[in-house]
Amino acid sequence: MKEQFTISVFTENRIGILSHISIIFTRRHINIDSITASETEAHDIYRYTIVVTETRDMVRKVVKQIEKQIEVFQAYYHTLDEIIYQEIALYKLPIKVIKKGAELEKIMRQHHARILSVEEEFLIVEKSGHKEETQELLEQLEPFGVIEFVRSGRVAIIKPMWRFNESLHEMEKQKQETLV
Amino acid sequence: MKEAVMSKAALSDNSEDYNFFESDKDKGIRITGSEAVVRSLLAEGVNTIFGYPGGAIMPVYDELYKYQDQLHHVLTRHEQGAVHAAQGYARVSGNIGVCIATSGPGATNLITGIADAYIDSTPIVCITGQVGSHLLGTDAFQETDVIGITMPVTKWNIQVTKSEDIPVVFAKAFYIAKSGRPGPVLIDITKDAQFSELNFEYKKCTNIRSYIPIPVIKINKIEEAAEIINNAEKPFVLFGQGVILGKAEEEFKQFIEKGGLPAAWTILGLSALESSHPLNMGMLGMHGNYAPNKLTNECDVLIAVGMRFDDRVTGDVSRYAKQAKIIHIDIDTAEINKIIKATIGIHADVKEALPMLTKLIDKKTHIKWIEEFYKLQQIEDEKIIQNDIFPTQGEITMGEVVHLISEKTDDNAVIVSDVGQHQMITCRYTKFKQSKSNITSGGLGTMGFGLPAAYGAKLAAPDRTVVAIIGDGGFQMTIQELGTILQTKVNLKIVVLNNNFLGMVRQWQEMFFDKRYASTVMDNPDFVAIAQGYGIKSKKIETRDNLSMDIQEMLDYDGAYLLEVIVAKEDNVFPMIPTGSSVAEIRLD
Repeated sequence: MKEQFTISVFTENRIGILSHISIIFTRRHINIDSITASETEAHDIYRYTIVVTETRDMVRKVVKQIEKQIEVFQAYYHTLDEIIYQEIALYKLPIKVIKKGAELEKIMRQHHARILSVEEEFLIVEKSGHKEETQELLEQLEPFGVIEFVRSGRVAIIKPMWRFNESLHEMEKQKQETLV
Repeated sequence: MKEAVMSKAALSDNSEDYNFFESDKDKGIRITGSEAVVRSLLAEGVNTIFGYPGGAIMPVYDELYKYQDQLHHVLTRHEQGAVHAAQGYARVSGNIGVCIATSGPGATNLITGIADAYIDSTPIVCITGQVGSHLLGTDAFQETDVIGITMPVTKWNIQVTKSEDIPVVFAKAFYIAKSGRPGPVLIDITKDAQFSELNFEYKKCTNIRSYIPIPVIKINKIEEAAEIINNAEKPFVLFGQGVILGKAEEEFKQFIEKGGLPAAWTILGLSALESSHPLNMGMLGMHGNYAPNKLTNECDVLIAVGMRFDDRVTGDVSRYAKQAKIIHIDIDTAEINKIIKATIGIHADVKEALPMLTKLIDKKTHIKWIEEFYKLQQIEDEKIIQNDIFPTQGEITMGEVVHLISEKTDDNAVIVSDVGQHQMITCRYTKFKQSKSNITSGGLGTMGFGLPAAYGAKLAAPDRTVVAIIGDGGFQMTIQELGTILQTKVNLKIVVLNNNFLGMVRQWQEMFFDKRYASTVMDNPDFVAIAQGYGIKSKKIETRDNLSMDIQEMLDYDGAYLLEVIVAKEDNVFPMIPTGSSVAEIRLD
């Protein structure tokens, strides 16, 4: 049975890692729902968050193949209940919507959205939340004439108390053991 | 986001070992990047490399000229020859093979060999020249994105744009190629990095922080596996190249001997256990032996050692050893549970895991179970093997040629095969006494592999007899490498088994495509004349009468020799597990 998995990959900061990771999905014909990357709390280590809809068995195999890449430290996969996650969306609306201020205000309050910027011809609304939430806001804003809409990939934090640095130390410890 | 330059990343991996760039700026000797390439190779103990020059790699060739007394460069006739030769060299020696090519077409001509080395876990380092860094991405003359192209088929690859990165990158490349599950590594060096100078100091790489080559064995897994083996009535061991790559032949033998465990090999595992060993039950897979295939589906415990359940080994996976508990030992955790779900997966170097397991298993003989193998062997022997290797009439068979070669070399030669019918026959009928003696393209099935891999093997093992057994199709895919043999004067024996057909494809056409022989008939040239044109002694045989003598003559001749043997035109390789069938449905005719 296919379900949604969030894959977290910790890597060195090196040109080409993204390609190395993405071709593993391509080979197996797996569609990536979303992907984000950023520096972690350990400054020279990067973290990719990849969302896919696949069977657990397939995800497990792919994650092992990702971990095989020399410059990948570790990769994990989690179901929705094992992570806290967030996405952000931006909506560009024509400036004339201000004329419907009360209606807009109500929607903004309901959705905990905010106006990020007001320009001469348009304004930008920002909302963070899960996909269904940003999608719902999009649907409600559509009557106002959405000029542009963009949603980010997912960022996710793993629920258990865990630090990547500890894993890194664990890796080093393991290596020392095999050297003995 | 990824603005950090590669040089910094390459160095940051191992800041304790590789900080000379930061703090020892003035240490070492001042040399060019291209000289650093050669000195790095020497520092890694390389003495032979295979390659082909061209514009973007010329500075390195200039240095190779200066260092020719220390580093033997073999000029191949095509870059594909260079990479296969490096593979043959690596497979026989157990060391890293090195090949070198220019940018663009030189680099792309390496791809087949790199892909072959990747799927067959062969440690090679490939060096390619690249256009100047200011031209990268501009579609410059002979520019190709070899890093992008080789990404899916290398264990690691890297582009060097700064000469000072060369020693560090080479140290990492050699470490990665050989450690853990071995594989090909590619280093792409821009022309400006070859020309500019650096302070050269070489330190071998021993650690990369994001990479764990040797796993820590979970002792409880070993204990659980031992218990399963001790309770087994019909245990069966499958072994692959992991035993050879892990240099664990002795440990493996002790393991099967103590447990009384019958064992069968994948074609890359062949020669890890001597052919005459009473527990050696032969070849697995599509054209393997009858007994081990059939009994795969009757054993109660299947122990896979350093192998990866290729589909040519398993046949239909959904009907593969369903009755058995499966123990899978492999150094690559991605292989465990990839194809066959393991009851116990042991992520380990076989050299470490096997003695631990041997210690815990009971001494047993399993005589009754082993007799089942012998019984089925008897059937195969009568129905197939005798006819294959001792025919008394009709055309010459591939089997009898292979059998004679094995016999006349006292089962002690390095045998290199190409791909196709003759490869299956070679693996089936050659006997081996020594490990690392069977060289063939397994996973990728690369026609054209045989000839260059064979002279690579001969250069790695000059004191051993090396015989290349090649079909007429594969021979013509890299036939130009006869020129390399001419130039290196390497004493290689080449046997072309010529049926004027692409035999394996023809066999499938006969069996599954109603004998529609689409593009499998070959109008072949005069191979003897071609060999003679390259100054290689050569002979063609068409009848059985002098076969034995002619093979002897080839082996006794002091120098390269090509023996063309005209074999039965429409012979089939049996046994066979047709695609989609289960191992138990192996056909004898």
